[in-house]
Amino acid sequence: MYDKFINPSVAAVPPSGIRRFFDIAATMKDAISLGVGEPDFVTPYHIRNAAINSIIDGETQYTGNRGLPQLLEEIAYYMERRFDVKYNPKKEILVTVGASEAIDIALRAMVGPGDEVLVPEPSYVSYSPSVVFAGGTPVGIETKAEDEFRLTPEALRKAITPRTKCLILPYPNNPTGGIMEKEDLEAIAEVVREKQIMVLNDEIYAELTYGGRQHVSFASLPGMWDYTITLNGFSKAFAMTGWRVGFACGPEAIISVMLKIHQYGIMCASRMSQVAALEALQNGRLNDYEDVRKMRESYDRRRRLMVEGFRAMGLDCFEPRGAFYVFPSIKSTGLTSEEFCNRLLMEHKIACVPGTAFGASGEGHIRCSYATGIDKLNIALERMEAFVKGLK
Amino acid sequence: MTKFEMELIDLLREDCRLPLEKLAVMLGSTTEVVAETIDRLEEERVILHYAPTINWDKTDRERVEAMIQVNVTPQRDKGFDEVAGRIYRFEEVKSVYLMSGGYDLLVLVEGRNLKELALFVSSKLSALEQVTGTQTCFVLKRYKEDGIVFEGEKTDNRLVIVP
Repeated sequence: MYDKFINPSVAAVPPSGIRRFFDIAATMKDAISLGVGEPDFVTPYHIRNAAINSIIDGETQYTGNRGLPQLLEEIAYYMERRFDVKYNPKKEILVTVGASEAIDIALRAMVGPGDEVLVPEPSYVSYSPSVVFAGGTPVGIETKAEDEFRLTPEALRKAITPRTKCLILPYPNNPTGGIMEKEDLEAIAEVVREKQIMVLNDEIYAELTYGGRQHVSFASLPGMWDYTITLNGFSKAFAMTGWRVGFACGPEAIISVMLKIHQYGIMCASRMSQVAALEALQNGRLNDYEDVRKMRESYDRRRRLMVEGFRAMGLDCFEPRGAFYVFPSIKSTGLTSEEFCNRLLMEHKIACVPGTAFGASGEGHIRCSYATGIDKLNIALERMEAFVKGLK
Repeated sequence: MTKFEMELIDLLREDCRLPLEKLAVMLGSTTEVVAETIDRLEEERVILHYAPTINWDKTDRERVEAMIQVNVTPQRDKGFDEVAGRIYRFEEVKSVYLMSGGYDLLVLVEGRNLKELALFVSSKLSALEQVTGTQTCFVLKRYKEDGIVFEGEKTDNRLVIVP
C-alpha cells in the first residue's frame, strides 16, 4: 500500500550492490574481510581526547552553519600548505557531515532536471544515486585497466553533451586505487576550459598516494580554481570515519548555495566532531601531519604485499598508487566478479567486493582493501591462492 | 641510519617473525638485501635481541617484579658506570637505568617470590659498598609493556563490508 507514497525517482535507484554480501559475511564469524573501505587504525588518541575534553567543558551547542571559525581557518591553511590551493575561510569553505554530505549538497546546488553529470567508473557507489536524488542524470564514463583507470581527455570529450553540467573527478580512486597525475589533470583541464563545465573533485583519499607521487589538487592548475568544487574530509587521512566531518571548498557563488541547503537541511556538523577535526589539523600543523604520514607508510607496505601476492597467484594486477585498495583482474579464472566473490566467501571465508558494485565496467575485477593487519592479509592471500589454483 | 633501515626496524618491531620474502616485498627490496641489512644491524648491535612479550599471569610460573630506586656514590673517573655494571651482572636484574631526579639508578628485578627479591636487596644489592640507599617498589599489575596492552582483546569495530 505504500508504493504510492514512495518517490518514484528514489524507488528506481537500486539498493547498493554490496548489501547482499554484507549480510552473508556478517554472519560468518571467522571470515577475513577485505571488504572494508575504512582505515583499520583507530582515530589517534590525542584527537579522541580533544573531543572528550570539549564535551566535559560543555561545548555541546550548535556551531555556526558554516562550521567552527577556527576549523575553517585551519582547513584553509591545510589546503594551501598541502595542496597549494587558496580558499577564504569566511566565504569559500563549508564544513559538512562527512564528504558524503558535501557530494550530495554540491550536486543539489548545481544540478537540476535534464542536467547530466559525468561519473568516471568504476567509482564510489554513491555518486550516481546522489545525481539522481538531485534530479539530474548520471552518465558513466568507463575507465580501463590499461589506462591505469585514469580518466582520459578523449573519453571525457566524447561524453560531454550540451546538457553536461559537471564532472565528478574521483581520484585517488575507490575502488581501483588509480590516481591522476599532473599531466593527466592538465589534459582534463584543457577540456574543462573549452567546454565550460564544473568539476566536483572528490579528494577524500588525497593524503594516501604512494611511490613519491603527491596528490595534485585539480583547483591548483592554472584557471581551474574557478571551475572546481574541492571535497575532502577527515575520515581516510586521519582515521576519523565515524566522526562524520568533511568539507567543501570552492567559489563563493556555489559554496553559498551549498550553505543554504546545509543550513536548512543539516544546520551544522556535530560540534564535538568539529573540535576533533580541529585538533587533527592543529596538531598536524605542528608536526607536519605526522599521524597521516605514519599511516600512509603502513598502508604502502601492505599495498606492496597485496600486489605481489596477487601477481604471484597469476592474476593481472595493476599497481594502485592511491587509496587503500587493490583491484586485481580475475578474468583469467573464467568467473564473473560476483561468482568469484561468492565462492571465495563461501568456500574460503574471505570477503571481497565484486568490481560490478562500482559500475558495470568493474566486471572482471574485485576490490580488496588492505586496511587490515598484515597477519590477516597474509592468511587471506594464502587462502585466495588456494582458491585460484583450485580453479585452474 | 637510512630510511630503509628505519622502516625495516619498524616492521621487525611490529612482528619479528615476518619472513624475509614478505619483508622484502613490503619494503620494495630484495630478500638478499633485507637479509644482509638484518645481519649487519645485528652485527653492529643495533638489533640486540628478538623476544616475545609474555602475559605471565596466564602461565603457571610464579613471578614477582620490583623496581628498586637506588642511591649510590659515584666513583672518581668512572661516574656511575662501574657501579651500574656491578648491579646489572646479577641475574635477577632485568634492566638498569641511570636516572635524573631523586635517585640515581632504577633497577628492575625479577624473582619467583617476594622473599627471593627481599633477599636480593638485603644481601646482594645493599651489600655493595657504593650503594647508599634503596627503595623497593613491587609491581602489582602490568597494564601495558613495550606498547602492548595486556588485557582487553583488540576489537575491530568496523562493519564487515563498507563501500
